Formats: sequence, C-alpha cells, structure tokens
Amino acid sequence: MAFGVSANRSLASRGPSPGFRFALYAILSVTLMFLDQRGEWLRDVRYVLQAAAYPIQLAVSSPSAAWRWMSESMQTRDALRAENERLRARQRQLEIRTLRYDALARENAELRGLRDALPPVADKWLVAEVVNAQPNSLRQSVLLNRGTRNGVFKSQAVLDDFGLVGQTTHVGPWSAEVILITDTEHELPVQIERTGLRTIAVGTGTGLALPYLPANADVKPGDLLITSGLGGVFPQGYPVARVTAVQRDAVQPLAQVRAQPLARLDRMREVMLVWFRDDHPAAPGSTSGADLKAGNPNVQPQAAPPKPKPSAPADSEKAAGTPGGVPAKPAAAPAAGGRAQNPSGASGSEPGRAPASGGTTSETSGASAPGNTASRPNGSAPADNARKPTTGSGPTGATPGSGPTPAAPSGEPAIPNTSQSGPESSGAAGASATTTRGAQR
Amino acid sequence: MNREPRGWMIFSALVALFLSVLPLPHWLAIVRPAFLVLAVLYFSITAPRAGGIGLGFFAGLAIDVFQGSVLGQHALALSLVTYIVVREHQIIRSKPALQQSLIVFFALLAYEFVSFAIDGWTGHPITNPLRWVHTLTGALIWPLVIALLERGHSPR
Repeated sequence: MAFGVSANRSLASRGPSPGFRFALYAILSVTLMFLDQRGEWLRDVRYVLQAAAYPIQLAVSSPSAAWRWMSESMQTRDALRAENERLRARQRQLEIRTLRYDALARENAELRGLRDALPPVADKWLVAEVVNAQPNSLRQSVLLNRGTRNGVFKSQAVLDDFGLVGQTTHVGPWSAEVILITDTEHELPVQIERTGLRTIAVGTGTGLALPYLPANADVKPGDLLITSGLGGVFPQGYPVARVTAVQRDAVQPLAQVRAQPLARLDRMREVMLVWFRDDHPAAPGSTSGADLKAGNPNVQPQAAPPKPKPSAPADSEKAAGTPGGVPAKPAAAPAAGGRAQNPSGASGSEPGRAPASGGTTSETSGASAPGNTASRPNGSAPADNARKPTTGSGPTGATPGSGPTPAAPSGEPAIPNTSQSGPESSGAAGASATTTRGAQR
Repeated sequence: MNREPRGWMIFSALVALFLSVLPLPHWLAIVRPAFLVLAVLYFSITAPRAGGIGLGFFAGLAIDVFQGSVLGQHALALSLVTYIVVREHQIIRSKPALQQSLIVFFALLAYEFVSFAIDGWTGHPITNPLRWVHTLTGALIWPLVIALLERGHSPR
C-alpha cells in the first residue's frame, strides 16, 4: 500500500516530463549565452553572481593563504633582518636612479617644446593580492581581491614590478578576474623598443608570440617589447616582454618570434591596478576599440576650415622655397605620401597650372587629375598646423579657380597625436597625393 | 530512510564545487576530474527526481560563474547530459560499476564536447587537447564516487 501511494505521489509530483524540463533549461541557457555575448545586458547579473562566488573562492584559497601567513609569521629574526637589509639597499638604488629622472624629464620637455614636463601617465595605483590563480586550468587568468568597491573597472591595466600582467575582464564588487597577456585569446599592441616597430603580441599559453612580423623585420633576441599605446587599454611605453627566439624560414613570409613576459606571471602574489590620466598623450584611449584617442581638446590642432581664405602658405612650402604662395611644391603631404616624395616628376611644371585645372575637377579626392594638386596642399595643411595653427590653412585659396576642390581634403581633419609629428590622414588622400605629385613637380 | 536525499545532494554538490575550484598546480588542475559533473551524474542516476535537470542546470551555471566562461555554457552542456542520464537512469543503474564508468566516460565526453562547441561559437576556442583529459580521469574515479556518495543515503 505504501509503495502504491508513493508511486502515485511520485507520478503526480513529477510535474512536467524530463524532455519538457530539458527544453526549458536549454532555452534558458541559450538565452543566457545570447544575452551575455550581446552587449552588457547581463552585466548586473554577472556582478551579483561574481559577488556570490567570491566567498567560496576566498574559502577555497584559504588553505594556501593560511600556509603563507603561517610561514611568514614563523620567519626568524635573522631572515627578517636580511630582508630588511635587502629592501633598504634596493630603495637606495632606486632613489639614486630617481635623482637623474627629474632632470631628464625636464630636459625632455624642453626638447619637445613643452612648457612643463608632463605628469606621469599613471595617475594612481592600487595594490591587489592574487586570491586564486587560474580558476580555469586552460585559460591564463587570476582572481584579484579588489573590485568595483575599490574603483576597479573592466579592461583596466594590471602591472607588477617587472612589467605588464594583463587586464581585468569580469569585475565584481570585491573581486576582479584578470586575463593574463599569455592567454591564447589575449592580443596586445606592442612596439619593439629598439626600432620602434609596431606589431601585435599574442599569448601562447606559456609566453608571447609576434605572429605578424615579416621575415625581414628588424627584430632579434633580447629586444625589449613595450606597449605601443594603441588598442585603448594600456598606455604607451610600459615594458611587456623580451624577445627570446627569432626564427626565419626561407619559405615563410613571416618571422616566428617568441617572447617571454617580464612580469612574473606564474608566481606573483601582488599586482598593481593602475589608473591613467585620460588627457595624457601616452594614455590609452578612453573608448576601447578606437585606434586614435579623442584626447584633450586643448591640444587638438585646428582642422582645415571648409573654405580656406587666401592666406600665407604652410610653413613647409616656404621652406621649399617657392615664392608667392603658389602651391608648386606641396612638401607637406599627408603622412602616407609625405615620405614618398617622387623626384622623378615633371619638375618644371608651371605653378599656375595646378589651381586652374583644379577648378575643373570634381570635389572628390580621387587620383584622377593633376587638379588635385590644388587641393592637396590644403589637405596637408593640418600636418603643419599641428604645431602652428596660425600659419594659415593652405595656399589653395590663392587661386579663384580652386573653389570646389578644397572641400574634399578639408573633410578629413587630421588628428595628430601630440606625441607624434605626422597626422593620420586617410589613405585615399595620401594615395592621391603620391600619384599626383609627379605632375605637380 | 529518505528516498530523495536533497540535503545530502546539495551538501555533496557544494563539496564537489569546492573541489572543482580549489587552486592546484597546473598539471594537477589538468587531470582534475570535473567533480561537480560527476556528483550531478551520480544523483541523476540514483535519485533522478531529487535533482534532475534542474540540478544539472544550476551546477553548470555555478561552473560558468567560477570559470568566467559565457553564462549558460556549462549550464547547457550539463542540462543536456543530465537529461540523457535521467532518461536512461534505470538502465545505467542496473549496470556493474565498470560499465557505468564507460557510460560516464561518454557522458563526460558529450559534456565536454558541447562546452567545446560553445567555446568555438562564442569566439573563445580552446583547441588544447588537454581539455579532454578530465573525461578519462573522471571515468576512472567513478567507482570511488559511487562508493563515497552511497554512504550519505541509501539508494534503492
């Protein structure tokens, strides 16, 4: 009897069939995945879950933490004294190094023509402890004991005493997960310090690789990699890794370069979360994904006005020695064309011709006609105006025939970084500049 | 005699979760079986009505939170495996431990495969073959799991 009742009850309390339940949970899972992938809709949920998980993570790592605490408190007096001595020596060493630093910073500022030395790009930092290394054995990540309560935000740079560690991915109220630079999913824009060559460092699980360097790239073992400042997460100039191996294969178009991170990723216990000044030239862009930062409006150069007035030519043209402000020699082409000056062009071209034909061409910046030469100096003007906004916007206005032409390049205001000299002009304008230069000169 | 050992189930699931997130040296972490998945499988076989697919879902969600993967990834994988095991629990239960180990091995493979596929679809592929190691170790310690978890309740 009892059996029968229990069986009946079990059947009655069974509710929906397993298939139905599974369908329900499957739909729920897929919805969760979709929401978690798309945008930040699940951020609050994730935040709460991270908070709920933190006590367990703390508890789980407590044995090792307790062991560490025990061994530290059991240290002998001699060991402590030795460590004290070592730290004092280290501090002295660093202080001596800093003595010259201030003088060098001022000298650097003078050389750059700045009135004052820039403040350090790192605004403030916070020491965080590694609670739990590698929650997932196949991903390179660590858990830190700081969260949004301490002001930590997503995609924040994490450093240790030796170099770059990684960036935060999931941030809870009291904890933050950090993806290390050696994770296979982490890619990091770097620069080879010796040559200034920019490339991307990809994590390999144990170290870093530079998979996008051509075989003839100037890189050799021992080169220091620093952050390039692109990518919007890390500021420019922090040490990342040292190149350990360069392999050039005769049949491979790309060099195979390996690098070892400077940060002690496998045995670090304390790291630093860093906040950077947004208006600093070396700072990473505030919006991740943007290649060029918006920057401080005060240091932005003037973009070329849509309708330039007749004015003096840009300073580089004066330097080129062409009198009268006629755009005979537009030396200051956009960055792409600036270097590739074409000396084989018709150098005897009459200066007045260019503006005249400029009036006949359409306003597009295509490489179709020499008329574009009239517009090009204008397009190049921001390059020179980056530091001298008063020099005038361009010589094109000197000729009445070039009315419609300047509109095109002026639509592409250059956005020079104050730390760089050249503008990042669009490729089309640069290409047209190079193609038309020959006719011009 | 408690036929639906909910208390025991939740307790052992929590212990298994602790074991799954315990920081270990790298090679040990690689061979560490998915304790939580094993516990869920055990209760799906012996007490399918106590936990069932809901247990699988929430255990998977916990794994997602602790591993920082896409929310719902392991939840879906574990719900699927739990569903299959709950459906066939009568058959699986009647098998000797060794055959059960084999079945558990395939269940773990299915679990890992779903998770692997979702990893790929969401753009975080881990092609490291080491990710499959835990299916083998999980199958190997299955008899131990049965012996341990049987102590807390008396399965029919």
